[in-house]
This record gives sequence, structure tokens and C-alpha cells, in this order.
Amino acid sequence: MSSPDELAGSALFDRLTAAQLAAVTEAVREVTFAPGTRLFDEGQIAAGCWLIRDGQVALETAIPGRGLVVVQTLGPGDVLGWSWLVPPHRWHFSATATGAVRALQLETSQLLALADADPALGYPLALGLFEVLLARLQSTRSRLLDLYGSPRER
Amino acid sequence: MTGAAVLSRAGLDELIAALIAEGYRVIGPTVRDDAIVLAELGSGAQLPSGWGVDSAPGRYRLRRRADEAVFGHSAGSQSWKEFLHPSQQLLWSADGDGFSPARDEPVRIAFLGVRACDLAAIAKLGVVLGGGAHPDAAFARRRAGLFVVAAGCTEPGGVCFCASMGTGPRPGPGYDLALTERTDAQDHRFVVDVGSPAGERVLSGLTRRSANGAEIDDARGAVEDAAAQMGREMPAIDLRQLLADSRESPLWANVADRCLACGNCTMVCPTCFCTTTQDSTDLTGEHAERSQHWASCFDVDFSYLHGGSVRVSGASRYRQWITHKLSTWHDQFGSSGCVGCGRCIAWCPVGIDITAEARRLAELREASGAGEEGPDEQS
Amino acid sequence: MSADIQSTAAAAVEHDGGGETMLPVPHRVTGRREESHDCVTLRLEPCGRALPPFAPGQFAMLARPGVGEIAISISGDPSARDGSLTNTIRDVGAVSRALCRTRPGHVIGVRGPYGTSWGLDTAVGRDLVIVAGGVGLAPVRPILLGALAARDAYRRIVLVAGARSPAELLFRDQLADWAARPDVAVELTIDQPAAGWDGAVGFVTEPLAQLRLAPAQTVAFVCGPEPMMRFSASVLLSKGMAAGDIRVSLERNMKCGAGLCGHCQLGPLLLCRDGPVVDYARAQALLDVREL
Repeated sequence: MSSPDELAGSALFDRLTAAQLAAVTEAVREVTFAPGTRLFDEGQIAAGCWLIRDGQVALETAIPGRGLVVVQTLGPGDVLGWSWLVPPHRWHFSATATGAVRALQLETSQLLALADADPALGYPLALGLFEVLLARLQSTRSRLLDLYGSPRER
Repeated sequence: MTGAAVLSRAGLDELIAALIAEGYRVIGPTVRDDAIVLAELGSGAQLPSGWGVDSAPGRYRLRRRADEAVFGHSAGSQSWKEFLHPSQQLLWSADGDGFSPARDEPVRIAFLGVRACDLAAIAKLGVVLGGGAHPDAAFARRRAGLFVVAAGCTEPGGVCFCASMGTGPRPGPGYDLALTERTDAQDHRFVVDVGSPAGERVLSGLTRRSANGAEIDDARGAVEDAAAQMGREMPAIDLRQLLADSRESPLWANVADRCLACGNCTMVCPTCFCTTTQDSTDLTGEHAERSQHWASCFDVDFSYLHGGSVRVSGASRYRQWITHKLSTWHDQFGSSGCVGCGRCIAWCPVGIDITAEARRLAELREASGAGEEGPDEQS
Repeated sequence: MSADIQSTAAAAVEHDGGGETMLPVPHRVTGRREESHDCVTLRLEPCGRALPPFAPGQFAMLARPGVGEIAISISGDPSARDGSLTNTIRDVGAVSRALCRTRPGHVIGVRGPYGTSWGLDTAVGRDLVIVAGGVGLAPVRPILLGALAARDAYRRIVLVAGARSPAELLFRDQLADWAARPDVAVELTIDQPAAGWDGAVGFVTEPLAQLRLAPAQTVAFVCGPEPMMRFSASVLLSKGMAAGDIRVSLERNMKCGAGLCGHCQLGPLLLCRDGPVVDYARAQALLDVREL
């Protein structure tokens, strides 16, 4: 089990009241992964969400001819795993710990049960996830702009 | 104007001859190609005697006057900047590993008939080109050797608005001599005010007489009256703030429907100073040159950056020009960039009037309720 | 004419070393290093007269006779007092290509120093956060070199640098040296997936967002494509930094670099004189206006 203090400071939870945070803490435990550990595979049923504390996780997909391509890395402070919240509840990419990783693992089935039972908790939690997701979307769009490309290529 | 003198029409011819004799190239107005242009004068006979001008938005026509006044016109297509800040000049040439500056032969230029607006414009060019950390030495040399005979306006043109810009019709400081032309049935005379020791010296060599009190009052009064006869005026508000508040004004799209981005306004404007450079080589590539020529912010390439231009739309380019002229010039150079000469209005092929656009911007700002909270950017 | 005009003419002659503002000063290429497929760092030494020393953030106008002249920020050690200049140039057009193609022994023309500096001296005693995107790493390198030369004068030093791919990261050897130092934090990230890269993959704002900052103690220096600077500044502002403590390096077309040609205007700013380094309190509103 982790303490509410460890969850504070993450955008995921900063809209929750102290009581809500305490309830959520029941669904959180600290985990570690050895380098090279596959956290989840593309296509699997999605369960679990991790708040990375140390180390780096690579999101990757296999492309014939290119091999395993890392499309995004996540580091300390980043949230890994959203596909559990909405259908089709399946992972879109695979996730591998590139080094030793320490993270807070959220038991998402418990979180979903808590949120279903109490929308007053579910809503701020969903907003917290949305905020993290939005930041990721903006960064991804920035990468699509190819800002560092040369005018000669256009 | 104590100690003012009076020159006759013949005295004016004498002044020109005396300046030429001292080695000056005398630049002044003359009729050419159905317009009054600035050119080198060989004598006073080349002055546009009896010629006046009808100027209006998008319109400039010569007309015959009933008298023989030589300064009874305004808003010609050129300003004096061509002679201080030429439209083309060689900067340097390079042979092998050395760079040699272009050496202009020292030429002493005399300007004859500089209006108050144009005198103020010369001073503004002096701030931009001569007053920064890296002055344009060629400009500074030309200006240092200048002899200026200003002309007070008594008949402002249809596009003039120097009074509302605070630059005229009375010439401000910066002249060696200032003439106010008075012509009636009896007499054609120039009441002379001395502005510098050099002016005093030149005047002392001419046939002249002292001006009496009535003549001085008449000359001064005629110029003061001109302030009330301007063809138009700029709204009496803080233009710098108006443009700063108007970056997203709906006016820009409206102007863009009319403005051809032809750049005439920047060419005729006496304070527009932007230049660009051009590099060339001979066939062997051993000898290279760089020259500088006038540029216009209406050119799409003016803002070229990283493979494209920053200001692509005509709306953004018009906004840039008027904002620089009336507003950001203050931030960059400490004054307005506009002297109220009205040339941009006369020489715009579609007759866009900078005073009307400023007025419209003010109306739009009021209508939108903006500008009431005060500036939110640093001044 | 009046006395002050004459003294201006005299000052003009004296100011630019007896020459003219637009006259390039010959410098010889004494070093050339290819940083990436389209970036070259040139080391220049004066053929005769040296220019005044350049401060980090300032730029030179580099000329190849017959081709043209462009504004390039200095990218080298600001403490060098031998008159040498280091500039990193990206081949994006005719003039930059010609400059990239010069070889040791060639002579090019240099004018400068021009513009405002990063103001490292005003950040003494504070945390330095340096954010660079792409070739923006070149104008900030002098900040790092200057700060590391007087390391005790500053608190934390953090460099966050993004590039499109590992091959396009500039100064890779130096980045590795800095990353190995315990008194500098280096976060590198690339935009596009690349084989053989086991570092971070993501936009430069991502590691930036995860930094723990003491906002009141921090000065940020941001350099790169304009949207990258806007996005990075947005992250820094959301972390509680004051806009006045964020410094960006802005760019517009320049023909003279000396405040005479009128090209480099960004609203009220003449970037050759009021920039290129501008604090975000001034720059933010201007960068938000399209086609300004």
C-alpha cells in the first residue's frame, strides 16, 4: 500500500478531496520492474495504470522491416496506460521497462468500481486522466509538425 | 524673426547661382513629365513658376496658377530622401580576400524649397539612419554637407495634414534659410528667416533688404492660416496606442480588399527607409559587389524566413506599414514616423487615405469596447 | 549643418573601426566540423582587425561575397578573447549552403557583434534551465560554456534538448561530457522513433514538464523553432515561472543586423537591436499575433 502523499502532486489526483484520495490509495501499490520487463503487450486486455517514479518505459510496436519501434518513452512523473478506461479496453502498444523502473501501480478494476459507485469521485478522476492525456496529445501533435525539419524538405 | 530679410524673385535666382558657385548641387522643384519633380537646378529659371497642383486620394494633376509663385505646389511623387538615402547605392566590392567600401565622392548638396513636413522627415531619417548604435556613415556624410532652404507653406494641398501631425506648416529647426513666398499684384518676394551661421553667410552675399514688421507679420500669418486650411487631418488621439490596440481589428481585411500592395506609398513616403541588399559577381567570380536599394514592407519577400514569408496576406502587410508609421516608430525611434505630407494618399492608385483608416480604426475600437481597460503590453 | 550631425558623421567613422557599418571584416575559416548532415560549425579568425567580443546570444552577419549575407548566432565559448568566432550554420538556403561549404583557409566577411545577449550575468546565484530544440542548441551552447566556466556562480544547471533524430543532435560529444558531470542535468529527447536509440522519445516539452523547479529561483533560456519556444514557455509558465524570467531568442529576416534596413521588426521590436534575446513578458503577446 502507498500513502496519499505519494499520490499528491500528480495531475491525476489533484482534484480529489482528502477522503477521495484516501479511498483511491487503497487501490495503489508500489511496484518495481527489472530492466527489459514487458509490462503489457499490444492487443491484450487492458488493465492497470502506472504512475512512474523512476526509470523509463518504452511504448513500442512491431513493424515488419523496421523491427520493434519505440514511438514514445515515459519517465518519472508520467502516467502509463489509459486504454483500461474506455472500450475496446485493449492495449494499443506494448510497454517495456528499458531500465529498472519503480512505479505506483493502480488497480484499475478497483478504481473503476470506486468510480461507478461514486460519480463524485469518478468525475475528478476522469478529469485528471483527461488532463494527462491532453498534454500527451499536444506533445504528439507538436512532433507531427516536424518543427526541426529543414525548409529544403518542404 | 528679428533681422529677417526679403529677397525678390531675382534674389532667389541669385541664391541658386551663389550656391552653385560655391560648389553645391542645388536640388529643387521643376516641372517634368506633367508633374513637379525634384531635380538638379541649373538656375532659377527652371523653378515651376506659376504651377500649382490638385491633389486628392489617388489623384495628382498640375494646374496653371494665376500668379508666378514657384512654391505653390505640394506632394510631388518624390521626397528629398532620394538624395540623402539613394534608391540604389554600392556598399562594397570584394576582390580576393579584401572588402573595399564604395567611396562616394564628397558632394555638397543644397535643397531648395523643403516644406515643413519634409524638413521633419529629414530629421526623422536622421534619427533612424544616423542616431543608432551603428550609423549609416554615407547618409551622415551627405547630411553633414547639406544646405537647406526651407519653404513655409501658405497653401496646403488637398492631401496635406502636417498640422495635425505637429510638423508644420511652419518649418521646424534644421534649415539654414527659410523662405516664405508672398506674391500679389505689386510684388513677388520671399521673406527670409536665417536658421544657421552658414545660412547667414550665404544670405549676406545676396541682394536683399530688411523685412519690415508688416511683412514679417504677413509672412508668419500666412503660414499660420495655412494650418487651418489643411486638406485633411489625423484624429487627435494617441495613435500609438490605437494601432497597438488594433492588431486584430476587422479593418485589416477591409483594407486588404482595396490595397494592391503595390508599395507606392513606401516609395513616395519621405520617412520610409527600409532597404535590401543585392550581391553580384563578375563572370570569373573573383570580383563581387554588394549594393543596397530601397525595399518595401509590402513585398511578400520582405519578411522571408525559413522557406516562406511571415507576412503573406495583404492585410498583414498593410497593417505592418501603417502600424510602423504611426505606432511602433515611437517604440523604435522615439517619435511618429508620419509627417503629414499626404503623398501616400495622392499616390495610392486606389486612393487609400491613412487619416481615414486611422479614423476608422478608432471607430472600430470604440465599437468593440476595446482600449477602455488600458494597455496590457509594455510600452 | 548643425554640429550634432557633424559629430554623428565623425562617430560613424570611428564606431565601425574606421569603416562603414555595412562593410564586412575579413575572417579566415580555421576550423570546420560537420555536426550533422546539414549543420556545420565554423571557427573563424580575423585576417587583420578583430571585432569586439561577442556575448552569448549575440549574432554576426556572415557574408560570402557574391552570394549573400545572413545572421548567425555565435555558438562557441564566450570567454575566448583572441578574436576568434564560432558559428554553427544550417544549410537551408543559398547563403547558408555557401557558408557550410567553406573550407579552412577560405575568407568570409563578418560584421558584429549585434543584438542582445542571454544575460548570463543577471542569472548569477539562480537555477539555469536551458531548453533547446533542433539547431536552437547552437545559440544556447555559449550559455552552458559560460556557466560551466564559473560553475559555482550558479545553482542548478539543467539542459533539456530535443531534436528530430539522434543523428540531428548537435555537439554530441559535448552533450555526453555534460551529461557525465554530476553538476549538470542533461535531458535529451527525440521526436521520431530511431533504431539504436535507447534514450527518451517525445517532444521537448515532455521532459520539461516533469522537471521540478523552484520557479522564483529559476531563469529559463529557450531557443528553437518559434512554436517550440511558445509550447516550452507555456509549460514553464504553468510551473509558476514569471514570464520575465523566461528568455527566448527570436528571428526575423535581417539584411543589415544594425538597425538600418527595417526588416527584422516584430511589432515594436527591432530584433537586431531589441533582440534576438527577448524576455517572454515582452515577447508573448507579439508571438500570439498571426503574421506580425
